Amino acid sequence: MASLAKCVRLALGAWVLSLMISASVPSIAQQVNPTASAVKEQQLLQELNRIQGRVSIPDQRSGVLEQPAGREWREFRNVTLRWIGGIAILGTLAVLVVFYLACGMVRLQGGRAGRTIVRFSAFERFVHWMTATCFITLAISGLNITFGRPLLLPLIGHEAFSEWSQWAKYAHNYLSFPFTIGVVLIFLMWLGGNIPNKVDVEWIKRGGGIVGHDHPPAYRFNAGQKAVYWIVVIGGAAVAVTGYELMFPFYLSGIEGMQMAQMVHSTVAMLFVAVMLAHIYIGTIGMQGAFEAMGSGTVDANWAKEHHSLWLDEEDARAATNDARSKPAATAAE
Amino acid sequence: MARMKFLCDADRCIECNACVTACKNEHEVPWGINRRRVVTINDGKPGERSVSMACMHCTDAPCAAVCPVNCIYTTDDGVVLHSKDLCIGCGYCFYACPFGAPQYPKIGNFGSRGKMDKCTFCAGGPEADGSKEEYEKYGANRLAEGKLPLCAEMCSTKSLLAGDGEIIAQIYKERVMKRGYGSGAWGWKTAYRETIAS
Repeated sequence: MASLAKCVRLALGAWVLSLMISASVPSIAQQVNPTASAVKEQQLLQELNRIQGRVSIPDQRSGVLEQPAGREWREFRNVTLRWIGGIAILGTLAVLVVFYLACGMVRLQGGRAGRTIVRFSAFERFVHWMTATCFITLAISGLNITFGRPLLLPLIGHEAFSEWSQWAKYAHNYLSFPFTIGVVLIFLMWLGGNIPNKVDVEWIKRGGGIVGHDHPPAYRFNAGQKAVYWIVVIGGAAVAVTGYELMFPFYLSGIEGMQMAQMVHSTVAMLFVAVMLAHIYIGTIGMQGAFEAMGSGTVDANWAKEHHSLWLDEEDARAATNDARSKPAATAAE
Repeated sequence: MARMKFLCDADRCIECNACVTACKNEHEVPWGINRRRVVTINDGKPGERSVSMACMHCTDAPCAAVCPVNCIYTTDDGVVLHSKDLCIGCGYCFYACPFGAPQYPKIGNFGSRGKMDKCTFCAGGPEADGSKEEYEKYGANRLAEGKLPLCAEMCSTKSLLAGDGEIIAQIYKERVMKRGYGSGAWGWKTAYRETIAS
């Protein structure tokens, strides 16, 4: 019995001791930092450059708590893009002015033949001018977003500038649709004449005959026109896709995607405007007889001979076979 | 002059959303627009924290810098406000904002997002203080009445602090000293390029 009592006393003592030890544990825990396991702002930002969580309101997009990437986008929009646009557009204008003053208009060397041939059908010209008018409106309203605040706003004041910008924004959004249709039609209707070939290599080697009175041979479209064609098709597709991504926010991407889209859209658009200035130059005051192609749709035979000799040969050959075929066809009575 | 700031003590926020409700009610914010929201990070996991977030009224505000029509401005109190008469609804401020503050009545519509709306620090807009036009466009102007933003005033745990930056930073520092821990002033580094030592 004595041994049993001893045993119980020992067990009791051990239990009390363990109780005392366990009781002392919470006092240690009170000094533990409860935020040690908590999410850390800087750590989350370093991992993803954004912090995202759960929100209980219906707008799940507002679950993004922080996205400091907007700072880089701001730098692009306010500094980088203005340099890109300024250099590309003013640079192109300067080159064109210098070239015009130095070389003047490229004249028809053989004078006018008097005979004209059809270069662009009414439909082709309609598509060209629809796309062109849309492009000019889009370009001006787009440049207004980048350069309007520093250049135009101080001149006309806040109210007038906001009113104009509001209308420009609507024009930019809604004219994007006919512009996109125009680019698609241009792609389809002129694709056949714009596949690069051997003649283009020779044309490029001779610099397109820009300097001096050289006239390298070309089919319906020379290498320079093919370049414009592909710039319109590829650049047009790029601005259309990125533009619609911005017009339909959150349909295709989140905020990072829209920042990227704006960067691609604006950069391509600036270069696009620069290229189109050169296109407008060569189609108007840069070359005698060129505007008629898109104006009346017909060009002088001598113009075709000097600038598109192989195309003229093709057209003449086709006209000759049509003539030859049309006579027997009339008598054959098929 | 005070420099108004928000500070959310994430170790106190219990995600009750009273700040969100207070804001919506005080300014009669329309459906679909939330000037303030509570984001829970690591929801349901150890270390979960909730942060109440709205416009932080940044120093050198990125929204104001990118606005194509220059309709966003900073008041003498450091509050970032905008003019809905000048806003063209282009969405640029939304791309630049680190906190997702700018809201649009018609975000999914092409061509027309509508005028931007965001937290005004309960300071209205460019119209005359307390005028009917100001209330209709921007909501109540509590600051002009000598009151602080309602979201912070109504915060049940006093997690959300609003007021002069130095004063609320001091309150937060004292809290951290007393309780011995603090997960920091969320968003301060991004918004104000400063942190509060914790």
